[in-house]
Amino acid sequence: MADQQEAKLEAGPEQLLYASILQKGMFVGLVILFITFALYALSIMKPYIPLDEVSHYWTMNVHDYLHHAHIKPGWSWVGMLNYGDFINFTGVAILAGVTIICYLAIVPILLKSNDKVYVVLAVLEALVLSLAASGILAVGH
Amino acid sequence: MSERLKGRFWAVNLGLFFFLLSSSPVMAAAEEAAASGSHAWWFWPLVLLIVTFAMGILAVLGGVGGGVLFVPIISGFFPFHLDFVRGTGLLVALSGALAAGPGLLKMNLASLRLAIPVALIASACAIVGAMIGLALPTNIVQILLGGTIIGICVLMLIAKKSTYPDVQQADKLSSALRIYGVYREASTGKIIDWKIHRTIQGLGLFIMIGVMAGMFGLGAGWANVPVLNLVMGAPLKISVATSKFLLSITDTSAAWIYMNQGCVIPMMVVPSLVGIMLGSFIGVRLLAIAKPTVVRWIVIGMLAFAGIRALLKGFGI
Repeated sequence: MADQQEAKLEAGPEQLLYASILQKGMFVGLVILFITFALYALSIMKPYIPLDEVSHYWTMNVHDYLHHAHIKPGWSWVGMLNYGDFINFTGVAILAGVTIICYLAIVPILLKSNDKVYVVLAVLEALVLSLAASGILAVGH
Repeated sequence: MSERLKGRFWAVNLGLFFFLLSSSPVMAAAEEAAASGSHAWWFWPLVLLIVTFAMGILAVLGGVGGGVLFVPIISGFFPFHLDFVRGTGLLVALSGALAAGPGLLKMNLASLRLAIPVALIASACAIVGAMIGLALPTNIVQILLGGTIIGICVLMLIAKKSTYPDVQQADKLSSALRIYGVYREASTGKIIDWKIHRTIQGLGLFIMIGVMAGMFGLGAGWANVPVLNLVMGAPLKISVATSKFLLSITDTSAAWIYMNQGCVIPMMVVPSLVGIMLGSFIGVRLLAIAKPTVVRWIVIGMLAFAGIRALLKGFGI
């Protein structure tokens, strides 16, 4: 009886797997973000926008910023990873992307336990987050 | 000096620091200076680091998320445009949630079964909120943000919390989804069985929470906890932990929209993340000696001040 109660206190396998992936992704994302920022701030990598010009841009709205800095929205940063400022997006993308991986990873466990409703919910969530990440949903002022 | 007095001393000093910083005419002059580029490039990131460090301490002591302090204060008193502040605010809230989430899930305080249906609604609505927020003129968003922040202050003043809400019977939907659990209350060693009710009403409220989280980049712990605890009847610890974990999903969807729109400037994001994280680290240590009531009043006062400032900015005053 006591053993059964102790077992109930523990998180389920899907929850533990989710937590484990989330922890690793968060750690990797933050480490990459801090390293790439050091490369940028210490001028080890040349930035696309010179450091002393960044303050001209952050007072503008995002539409004017993109227009004046000649930057395309969406995933165009992937083609600019040779610049010190844009390489920082790698860490940000990992931090923002790890949740999608967590959801996809728990699907097999949910399938194994025949938890059909949660399989559907997990797949739907992964689709919603992937849609947000895709850059298809464009908006503007 | 006694521990209690030390706590009050720190809380009052931090609050004074913030009020002096935010009300100082230097900030207005600095705004012009920043636009004209008269400072070295590292000046604003350094100020951001210092202010977010203090914010991180106050957020922990005041029991609020970093995002809810970050957006109104930084947009109100710094030269950065609201578009970039919201993008950065979401990443600040997201990082905090990512850092806390794994531990809360492993301890079984954050419930994945409770979070999954809630997160699906909140994250889909956060996308809609982010799109609305980026499509609206900045002054309208400022006015709405000001109104929301003042609303949060009122909520913080009047909302009660229930450690163990009385849920007589789980509703049909939560039973079908098997949203229930067990946890051990560390302070008493007692094992708590929990279940929820009013699931449909709770999920309905997360539509609004998601939209607001996306629109203002605030994070949404201030709204998640009352809904999970008071409406759906989850115990307070489960509500707080699940809310923190939920932010890692809700803010992910909104963060992608802001990032894809170009609202992420690394020179703002990284100093803010480092500042909030270091501040939270110190805040946790100060928690033992600080007086929570004093800090909470300071946080409410700061938020109210920042909310009024956002309203005035929105109206062009």
